[in-house]
Amino acid sequence: MSWFKREKAGPEIPEKPPEGGRRVRTEGLWLKCEGCRQIIWKKDLEANWNVCPKCGRHMRMDAFQRLKLLLDGPWEEFDADLHSSNPLDFVDSKPYSERLEAMRQSTNLFDALISAGGTLAGRPVLICAMDIRFIGGSMGCVVGEKITRAIERAIAQKAPLIIVSASGGARMQEGAVSLMQLAKISAALMRLDECRVPYISVLTDPTTGGVTASFAMLGDLNIAEPGALIGFAGPRVIEQTIRQKLPEGFQRAEFLEKHGMLDAVVPRSELKTYIAQALRFLAG
Amino acid sequence: MPEEPEQSVESSPPTASNDAWRRVQLARHAKRPHSLDYINRVFTGFHEIHGDRGFGDDPAIVAGFAFLDDNPIMVVGEQKGRDTKQKLYRNFGMPKPEGYRKALRLMQLASKFGRPVVTFLDTPGAYPGIDADERGQAEAIARNLREMARLACPVICVCIGEGGSGGALALGVGNCVLMLENAVYSVISPESCAAIIWRDSAKAELAAAALKLTAEDLQSLGLIDDIIPEPPGGAHENPDLAADLLATRLRRALRELSPLNSAELVQQRYTKFRRMGNFFL
Repeated sequence: MSWFKREKAGPEIPEKPPEGGRRVRTEGLWLKCEGCRQIIWKKDLEANWNVCPKCGRHMRMDAFQRLKLLLDGPWEEFDADLHSSNPLDFVDSKPYSERLEAMRQSTNLFDALISAGGTLAGRPVLICAMDIRFIGGSMGCVVGEKITRAIERAIAQKAPLIIVSASGGARMQEGAVSLMQLAKISAALMRLDECRVPYISVLTDPTTGGVTASFAMLGDLNIAEPGALIGFAGPRVIEQTIRQKLPEGFQRAEFLEKHGMLDAVVPRSELKTYIAQALRFLAG
Repeated sequence: MPEEPEQSVESSPPTASNDAWRRVQLARHAKRPHSLDYINRVFTGFHEIHGDRGFGDDPAIVAGFAFLDDNPIMVVGEQKGRDTKQKLYRNFGMPKPEGYRKALRLMQLASKFGRPVVTFLDTPGAYPGIDADERGQAEAIARNLREMARLACPVICVCIGEGGSGGALALGVGNCVLMLENAVYSVISPESCAAIIWRDSAKAELAAAALKLTAEDLQSLGLIDDIIPEPPGGAHENPDLAADLLATRLRRALRELSPLNSAELVQQRYTKFRRMGNFFL
């Protein structure tokens, strides 16, 4: 029997699920952490805001969870039903308008961002949270407009703005229209800056392309979650350009912090407290 | 005519697809005039100013002061090379963060002294390399976008060749944004777009049409102000004439912006970009 004995104490082995045949059928109750390869009970993971309870790996979360994490209670959502009119009539493997509809069905969102107002540690704030599930969290004219309106609202209400990024960048299916959203949002942030209203940018896994190259890097504070992939060009694009493997940890939050591109790397468990403290400093 | 097969192929009218692709090829043409070709023909007394005062001087962006009919202008342009040696020196026209930071430094200098800025956009994209990312490529572009919106002087941007996504837009926030007739401006290259959609970069021709990246497309989407005509066959067929046409349009733009004071210039630029992309319901 010692042949099969574990040398190291492994993870707690859960009881076999009821219909466990040869293949363990987890049916979504159990997940394997990509970081430590250990099996986690899904409810444990959810209770821990999608951070692996065993190794602390920060997994992605959707925009709803993000708002729940940061806001004290219920929030007011703005521009919820804004949706794209498909300016380019773009067709790839399927028409863009069908893709949008399918995404709407699966995510319950009209586009890749929720814009909301609520309180954070008692302070009224405006939050935009991107949702990576919606066409890779890509930014088209709807995301651009919702963020710009949120900035205008922040100026009008003198309320701090928090944008939580999770995006592959500008949305290809809206072509140059997407591209110009970078300029539009950045110009609005110029006004926010002139009005001295605080803006905290939270970069989460992944934040790349046009989102990094615009509002995500323009916060009064730019903070990121541990291990988040953050960059301008995606890792595959860089590998193709330089034709060699990228160094370990390249474009991760810790790497950016080391190179002076991020103000802090903040674990998810401390994120709300950190923002509350920062706003206390910035806005009194 | 339709009976003869090879004739019918030749006389088939240009489809939207191959017209867009033809523009992409013209925009990248080996002999197409680059920023310095226009700077030397349109302006007098150009003196290049180097460096970002932080890290280095990026040869993929040329910048300096010059005169257009005795009017002082700050000129900033993305610069490609012509032969292999020059191409390598100019990094194929792909700027690094220090290039964008140099550009911003000089645009802010112009703003301080109320001198107009003219930028030339011509890049396949911002350089996607380890060193560029390490030094904050995204931050440099983002900062340019925000700070160009704040410049207190007239800003005129001309896309003269390839408007490669954020790498071009980082010099593209102006009071007046123009495109040469055969220039293209896009969020992604047709090759990369085709690689994503069809997993085949050879389908770039189709992607070029789908992306709506020609000057006419951008004008009809309300993303640029005007199109500058090129000599028949493209700017490379007659660079002197192309430069003349460009200079004429630049003079008009400067004349139109001259009555605005600095606050009005910032406001006009803001309003223009604020309206871009009203394609939501």
